[in-house]
Amino acid sequence: MRGRTRWPSRLWALSTGRFGVIVVAIVGLTALVARFWTPFDPQRVDIANRWASPSWGHLLGTDGSGRDILSLLMAGARTTVWVALGAGIVATLIGLALAALGALTARGVRESVAVLVDILIAFPVLLIAMMISAVWGGSLWVVILSVGIGFGVNVARVTRPELRRVLHSDFVVAARASGLTPWQNLWRHLLPNVAPVFIVQLSWGMAVAVLAEAGLSYLGFGAPVTEPSWGMLLRDLQAYISVHPGSVVWPGLTITLTVLGLNLLGDGLREATDPTLSRRDRDAAPPLPEVVA
Amino acid sequence: MSLEVQDLVVEIGGRRVVDGVSFAVPDGARVGLIGESGSGKSLTALAVLGLLPDGATAQGSIRWNGRELIGLSDRKLAELRGDEIGIVFQEPRTALNPIRTVGRQIAESIRIHQRLPRRAAMERAVAEAARVRLPDPEQIVRRYPHQLSGGQRQRVAIAMALACRPRLLIADEPTTALDVTIQAEILELLHSLVADDGMSLVFITHDLAVLSQIATDAVVLEDGRVVEHGALAQLLTAPASPVTQGLLRDATATLWRPGGIS
Repeated sequence: MRGRTRWPSRLWALSTGRFGVIVVAIVGLTALVARFWTPFDPQRVDIANRWASPSWGHLLGTDGSGRDILSLLMAGARTTVWVALGAGIVATLIGLALAALGALTARGVRESVAVLVDILIAFPVLLIAMMISAVWGGSLWVVILSVGIGFGVNVARVTRPELRRVLHSDFVVAARASGLTPWQNLWRHLLPNVAPVFIVQLSWGMAVAVLAEAGLSYLGFGAPVTEPSWGMLLRDLQAYISVHPGSVVWPGLTITLTVLGLNLLGDGLREATDPTLSRRDRDAAPPLPEVVA
Repeated sequence: MSLEVQDLVVEIGGRRVVDGVSFAVPDGARVGLIGESGSGKSLTALAVLGLLPDGATAQGSIRWNGRELIGLSDRKLAELRGDEIGIVFQEPRTALNPIRTVGRQIAESIRIHQRLPRRAAMERAVAEAARVRLPDPEQIVRRYPHQLSGGQRQRVAIAMALACRPRLLIADEPTTALDVTIQAEILELLHSLVADDGMSLVFITHDLAVLSQIATDAVVLEDGRVVEHGALAQLLTAPASPVTQGLLRDATATLWRPGGIS
């Protein structure tokens, strides 16, 4: 097809997008593999092998109880994927619902929703999570719900004005003039046009979920001790940073790369799905004559 | 298939922007609504389709084939829009969805009103693109709006409005945003499409010269009121009101074609 490439190939053509796809795919696959196999049992204590340096047996070395760091990271990926996906889904539902209520309803309703969103946004996500887990105890659900709600509100705040803008654009009126019902208009014209803003916010929200999980686990509010997590591993290892500075790098690097990957993936998706941003497209499509004779 | 507007009143926030407008468009007639900006001509057109902006209310009577449109539910109106009554807007740069191919946008009303499957609707879209004389229709339906020129986009908008062969076309300043040479082409296209289908036409403009190319009758509006109406030839040769005389002075000289294209 001349003059048009599909968005997955455009995403892959962007170096940032490719990086994001690869990182997210690796984390996802690792989580899947860790469900069935890790080089060692991540909780197996081996006192004889404490603080082992990276070797063929333990690729990333071991920690203070002789647990294999690679296995711990792999098992922790499961927690991370679970939290990122869960928080992403919760944030999508809450964000879209609030944005739609705040943009498409009667004036009184939508302005109250906007005020509500502004109030909710004043509470930092981590604070909410700590409050909830202080009352009901730490669990992954607390992390998922608090980050999901916190970021859903953020998504709503950014998506709502965008939705209003698109709602008043000529092509939406034109689509109504073609006989589309409001519901058809929402799915075909409104949501696809706010998707770029939404995707960037959502990928950022999922990245924050990864960070929040790590942060909360680090502070002891997140995953229970039996659940391996990158944040907890980071906390365990950094206590010995002056003695064994090498090992703490691994969870730190893993968290950083994952967050970066998610952000770049979101950015790449936005660029790849917007036909007006595609330079390639414009080059491929030579100008046509104004009319046929 | 006639449109009758009786004592139409449109209010926005308590202000009367259309104040008792009445006119009729018999089957196959080509009627111009003409006036300066702010005279209420666009709102009159939007009221016919029930597309008034938030906060605007319409009273009076708009009858389409004897059926009252004011007070009709949005759902019922949606069935008429695009199917029996089509509309083309002024600004072709913003009237198309930037992230959908033009083919899908032309096919949209066909899929809705005639419930054709996607593939059949796309084939129709190609035919419709050819009908508005877009170049290379097979290819152009796969393009996005930003890859088309202003005149081509207006042709797409016309194809969208006419895809289901409505009985009435409302054209809201469809040529105002275009170059003068493109204006003439679009006018000629509209004229031939309207003539082919025997459609009725309501053509909104502020330029009497443009109107002289396409309409047989005209309704002159000022501040939401009808100041003069009648056969276009009459208005051009013996304008009764000062508004019409002013419009006559301000018309675009190069677009005069009294008596129409045919």
